[in-house]
Amino acid sequence: MRIELTKRPQHSVLFSVLSPFIALALTMIAGGLLFAALGKNPFDALYFYFIDPLRETWSLHELAIKAAPLILIAVGLAVCFTSNNWNIGAEGQFIMGAVVGSIPPVLFPDIQIFLVLPIMMALGMAGGAAYGAIPALLKVRFNTNEILSSLMLVYVAQLFLDWLVRGPWRNPEGFNFPETRQFHDYAVLPEIISSSGRAHWGFVFALVAALVVWFMMSKTLKGYEVRVLGQSPRAGRFAGFSSSKMVFFAFLVSGGLAGLAGISEVSGAIGQLRPVISPGYGFTAIIVAFLGRLNPLGIVAAGLILALSYLGGEAAQISLGLSDKAARVFQGMLLFFVLATDTLIHYRIKLVMRSRASGGA
Amino acid sequence: MANTPENGAIPLLEVRGLTKIFGELRACDAVDLVVAKGEIHSLLGENGAGKSTLVKMLFGSLEPNAGTIKWNGEAVSIRSPGEARALGIGMVFQHFSLFEALTAAENIALSLDSDTPIATIAEKAKSLSESYGLPLDPYSLVGDLSVGERQRIEIIRCLLQEPDLIILDEPTSVLTPQEADKLFETLERLRAEGKSILYISHRLEEVKRMCDIATVLRHGKVVNHCDPGKETAASLANMMVGEEVTNAARTPPAEGGRGDILIEVKNLNRPPATPFSIPLRDISLDVRGGEVIGIAGVAGNGQGEFFEAVSGEVLQDEPGSVRFRGQDAGKLSITQRRLQGVGFVPEERLGHGAVPEMRLSDNLLLSRHSTDSTAFLGTLGVIRGDAIATSAKRISTDMDVRKSGEDPEAAALSGGNLQKYIIGRELDREPAVMIVNQPTWGVDAGAAARIRQSLIDLARSGSAVLVISQDLDELFEVCDAIAVMHNGELSEPLAIGDATFEKIGLLMGGAEPGHVEHDRGAS
Repeated sequence: MRIELTKRPQHSVLFSVLSPFIALALTMIAGGLLFAALGKNPFDALYFYFIDPLRETWSLHELAIKAAPLILIAVGLAVCFTSNNWNIGAEGQFIMGAVVGSIPPVLFPDIQIFLVLPIMMALGMAGGAAYGAIPALLKVRFNTNEILSSLMLVYVAQLFLDWLVRGPWRNPEGFNFPETRQFHDYAVLPEIISSSGRAHWGFVFALVAALVVWFMMSKTLKGYEVRVLGQSPRAGRFAGFSSSKMVFFAFLVSGGLAGLAGISEVSGAIGQLRPVISPGYGFTAIIVAFLGRLNPLGIVAAGLILALSYLGGEAAQISLGLSDKAARVFQGMLLFFVLATDTLIHYRIKLVMRSRASGGA
Repeated sequence: MANTPENGAIPLLEVRGLTKIFGELRACDAVDLVVAKGEIHSLLGENGAGKSTLVKMLFGSLEPNAGTIKWNGEAVSIRSPGEARALGIGMVFQHFSLFEALTAAENIALSLDSDTPIATIAEKAKSLSESYGLPLDPYSLVGDLSVGERQRIEIIRCLLQEPDLIILDEPTSVLTPQEADKLFETLERLRAEGKSILYISHRLEEVKRMCDIATVLRHGKVVNHCDPGKETAASLANMMVGEEVTNAARTPPAEGGRGDILIEVKNLNRPPATPFSIPLRDISLDVRGGEVIGIAGVAGNGQGEFFEAVSGEVLQDEPGSVRFRGQDAGKLSITQRRLQGVGFVPEERLGHGAVPEMRLSDNLLLSRHSTDSTAFLGTLGVIRGDAIATSAKRISTDMDVRKSGEDPEAAALSGGNLQKYIIGRELDREPAVMIVNQPTWGVDAGAAARIRQSLIDLARSGSAVLVISQDLDELFEVCDAIAVMHNGELSEPLAIGDATFEKIGLLMGGAEPGHVEHDRGAS
């Protein structure tokens, strides 16, 4: 007996829409079983994960803070993945965006004018895009696998940041703590509604980016080019589209958005550079991109859900003493179920029995 | 008829009610087939009629959903090609499964289950090939061999296993007429030795000439068992298609002389892109407005490379080596060439001429996003869906594209209907120049006639049409002159009045023009 996946002649539109929700429900069930196995009441755990963080205004602001980088990065990754370029290194582009964007407040702390903030944002995007261009260049020139090169560059970026904040960029008045100086007021991304919580303009950037990319992908020739080259490179060449240019386009867009997410996070939420500035946003954004079905509007919803799992993980850690690793497992299960339900929409499982009655004779 | 075993003789193979279902498609629907010992049995049918599915079940590569197979009167279930070979069924596939970097003998050894030394196998292969008049050097590299010679390896590999039934899937589709003649001699000899042959083809003349009995399939069902010798080609075609098939009518070129040269290829060279691909050598060709020029040739002689070069998917070093409508195009991209008024139709429909998962309307934009940008695109490159949908609908109506919904995905269409759409997409632009590679490959007869007629009509309206095809019948039907591509070189075009199957066939086999001798025929 063996198991075969056979392609369905037609895939159900209804289930294509439902599949993220089914995946979410399956994750809850599997997560509940996991908590039960850890000796916790699964209903309590799920309550702290998914309901508790939504009960107060300040924690909704926290949700927006966590969702902003996830959405920004995932929107860029959606362009990348749709064009069949596998950028796994958004975490590194996020960090390099933060580093390059921090040049004005760290190296020129005395220049305190309004222009500093827009320059920081532009530098952040440029830094992320430039770092994303490395795997793109390697892929186009040397046919290197971009999954490996972009992933490995994440660790380079992490160690580079670590070295910077412990070495040349360390705050001279910081008692040798591994941090840069605090950003001055002109270098801090302001809060949206400062009276009710900390959420900064990064969330607005995320929504704008989602809208712009959605428009580009679904309404314009550029989006068409992305989809054609992603689905059928040969047909793309026949159409006169260049796949090398597309590799650069995809990596520059996703790197740029990841870089913007990085500088927004540092400038809006943290206020300085530290050895670690991201709880893995760049990797979690991969889940967000797929949970949102690579559709920028779906990604906004998916980003909020994954942000909730970060907050819920913290809440469960405090209230139930659950390890923070549980939140990672949760995210992993979610990606697994999303991909599994997507597969089952397009394929059916068939058990093939080897021995048949008509044999022998 | 042989379908009911006469005088108690047990047939070699008896198939009853064999059914194979893919999803909702009944690829084979209760097929009955009886093959007697020592007969050449033809399996006739259009592309998609279920011929290949049927033989794959007989050869154990597909598992039937229902039905019985009797071999020498005993019910068997054939679960793998290995079991089929053990029973005595051998198969020569349409697409060869040979490793180009290995020698003929090594390729043969790979398919044998035993661990006989290569030298022994080479010895056996050599003696077998000589006794059947299929000369073959077992130590030659497959990459260096012609398609006909590669097919010989497949046949000898099959014969080495001493099968009682040999299945040949469209064997002549890759052969020159002379090579095909040689193959027929071999098959007749095998029949004389009492072996049975199941011969799959849609070429009616050769079936009429050689086969003792034909089973005709249509839409997965057996429509008839007949003696092809007693039928006419037209009556066989009607059985296959189920309707009257009319050939395209080739009207004479417009009076008042020939038009301007619209396609001008001059000393086009292209080095091989991979070690096993064909370089283009010094190709020159002119096509004038109002005429259809054909390029014949056995598959894999550089036609694909030539199409890539003229279409601009691959650019040339010399701007003047390809010219359209009097302007250099050699360094222009495919989009810029389209803007010169050229339409292209590639060989592969899915994944080259169309994106399989995209709707027909989206696929319209594939080749026309620049040429019709004012109609289809707004500011900022915004796609105008309504204008495109209207055009897609017009193309479907004009070309009689039969589809399941208003705007289905390209992959949901049958090959013929998608091809009509892809050709219609270019015709809709009224291109001054049209270049088509394999216009009716794998297309049913009705759609093929429609496509050929539209190409002729386009030329007669003043455009230059270049058709690359392996199907000689097709070229003779539509072309005003035929050139032959062999090993990356192109012959002078022969005017259709002077061209015969034999002349073209010799050129396809590599004979020099003006040096027509018969000894080159089969080599």
